[in-house]
Amino acid sequence: MTVLVAALVAVLYGTGVYLLLQRTLTRVILGLALISHGCHLLIMAAGGPSGLAPLVGLIRGDEPVADPLPQALILTAIVITFGITVFLLALAYRSFQLTSDDEVEDDIEDRRIARRSTEAGDW
Amino acid sequence: MRFLLPAPVALPLLFAALAVVFSRSRAAQRTCSIVGVSAAVAVAVALLVIVERDGVQSVTIGGWPAPVGISLVADLFSCMVLLIGLVTVLVVLVYATGQRGADDLPAFHPAYLVLTAGVALAFLTGDLFNLYVAFEITLTASYVLITLGGRRTQVRHGMTYVVVNLLASLLFLTGIGFVYAATGTLNLASLSEVIPTLPDGVRLALGLLFFVVFGIKAAMFPLFNWLPDSYPTAHSPVTAVFAGLLTKVGVYCIIRTQTLLFPETEPSVLILVVAGLTMVVGVLGAVAQNDMKRILSFHIVSQIGYMLLGLGLFTVSGLAAAVLFLIHQIPVKTSLFLTSGLVEESSGSTALDRVGGLLRRAPLTAALFGLAALSLAGIPPFSGFVGKLSLIEAGFGAREYVIVAVALLVSLFTLFSMAKIWNGVFWGEAEEPVPVVAEGPAKAHGALIMNGATVVLVGVTVAIAVFAGPIYELSERAAQSLLDPSAYVSAVLGR
Repeated sequence: MTVLVAALVAVLYGTGVYLLLQRTLTRVILGLALISHGCHLLIMAAGGPSGLAPLVGLIRGDEPVADPLPQALILTAIVITFGITVFLLALAYRSFQLTSDDEVEDDIEDRRIARRSTEAGDW
Repeated sequence: MRFLLPAPVALPLLFAALAVVFSRSRAAQRTCSIVGVSAAVAVAVALLVIVERDGVQSVTIGGWPAPVGISLVADLFSCMVLLIGLVTVLVVLVYATGQRGADDLPAFHPAYLVLTAGVALAFLTGDLFNLYVAFEITLTASYVLITLGGRRTQVRHGMTYVVVNLLASLLFLTGIGFVYAATGTLNLASLSEVIPTLPDGVRLALGLLFFVVFGIKAAMFPLFNWLPDSYPTAHSPVTAVFAGLLTKVGVYCIIRTQTLLFPETEPSVLILVVAGLTMVVGVLGAVAQNDMKRILSFHIVSQIGYMLLGLGLFTVSGLAAAVLFLIHQIPVKTSLFLTSGLVEESSGSTALDRVGGLLRRAPLTAALFGLAALSLAGIPPFSGFVGKLSLIEAGFGAREYVIVAVALLVSLFTLFSMAKIWNGVFWGEAEEPVPVVAEGPAKAHGALIMNGATVVLVGVTVAIAVFAGPIYELSERAAQSLLDPSAYVSAVLGR
């Protein structure tokens, strides 16, 4: 089971990184979302084997109990990444409104410096 | 006294909520912000006094005992950085109230206060996951501040900033997952006891992962490219507070985790190499730029290298120098960006070929920039000199002569690019001047506030130089407790 989760985490990170390297903003955002899902699964796997819910009254005898801490961590992390993903989507929409395009532009100052260095090369 | 520990986090959050309630009145929002941050500064002073007298203070939130509950810890290092950071935040806040257009949007003050709370939490937390939350609080507020207004360049560069920092946060979360899987705890104090028992390979992997994560936040080589790209586009008070604080929070976390969790007994080659490359690449980037704000942004990167140098030596004098340099760098960097804001306000631009001759038109700005720039370059008797001198002495003490030579050479280049700004902005005439707008009485009042705030902050840097002796003594004690964390651990775990 742990191997399966580990493989799934690897697939999520891999596809996430691939999407992150694209120039289109929506793909970048989807990539970040995939990586964050990978993260959450990884923390779940870090919590060890599953078991009974750790609630008073539900614990019977010496049956194994699930570790509640990773679930609390994941819940917090989900809320945070959800909020930031929404912010990124709003930013991407604003970028689309301003440029009517979904691609990340080059930096103007970078372009100027690149041009200066090629001019110096010609000289 | 324990109720004081959460106060630097709770007070700004409380006043942020109030600032949201009063979002229709800018005067009320300003009052909320200034009262909130001032109260946090007062608490930080009290904390420093208490910790200096009684040693490490710790409190667990929610009543659960230490390794289970979330700990807040104040030791000498965190208290010193907290105090200077909050003072800087307060001065920049006053500056922002004077600048036209800086706090016009109702989201500014709440976001600024939340940023303050996040920075304070990052300095005070004693728990790895809580540190992640602190980072996210800070970053989310900074995402809002950097894109506030939604202009095209801001959206373009804000995007880079958000994506890079979000990726770093996800890597941090991955690291937290690994640490929990390996040790079963996230409390820094109990981690410092468990991690030395792990196999060497696991320890190395975890240490490197955290070094990379905080390295992205601190903008060290080769992970700095996002910084000079995104910082200059925001309003100058926002850039100033980011420059002064956010990367330094990353450095603080590198120092904290590398000394507490992954301590070394001799100079770390990896950290020293990274420190040297960060200094050199940062300063060469600055030399190539042609805009005041961008030059200063590259200098942020370059100066991070000096702090890493102090850490990489892993000696008391090295860490003391790193702490002192961190303390000096926060107000100096911020005041340089505040003066660039003054230049922008009076000339309409910060591009070196579009402004000129400000020495005659704005002698006060020139004087303030000159003082801060000399301090950054490390000219005696200013605060940068004290910081660099102690770093170089520590380097000689540890017999790391190469890195000392690099540090000295980089100082020279720093002076050179400061002279370039001086020549371009304060001497000579503009090549393509920006048309000057007529000044109104409201603007004059704002300019008075902005100049006053910058004078205060430059005064702080001069004070650091004047009281360098006692501050170095404190830094040395902070460094000793960093290298021997037994007091920290016993204060948190109650043994």
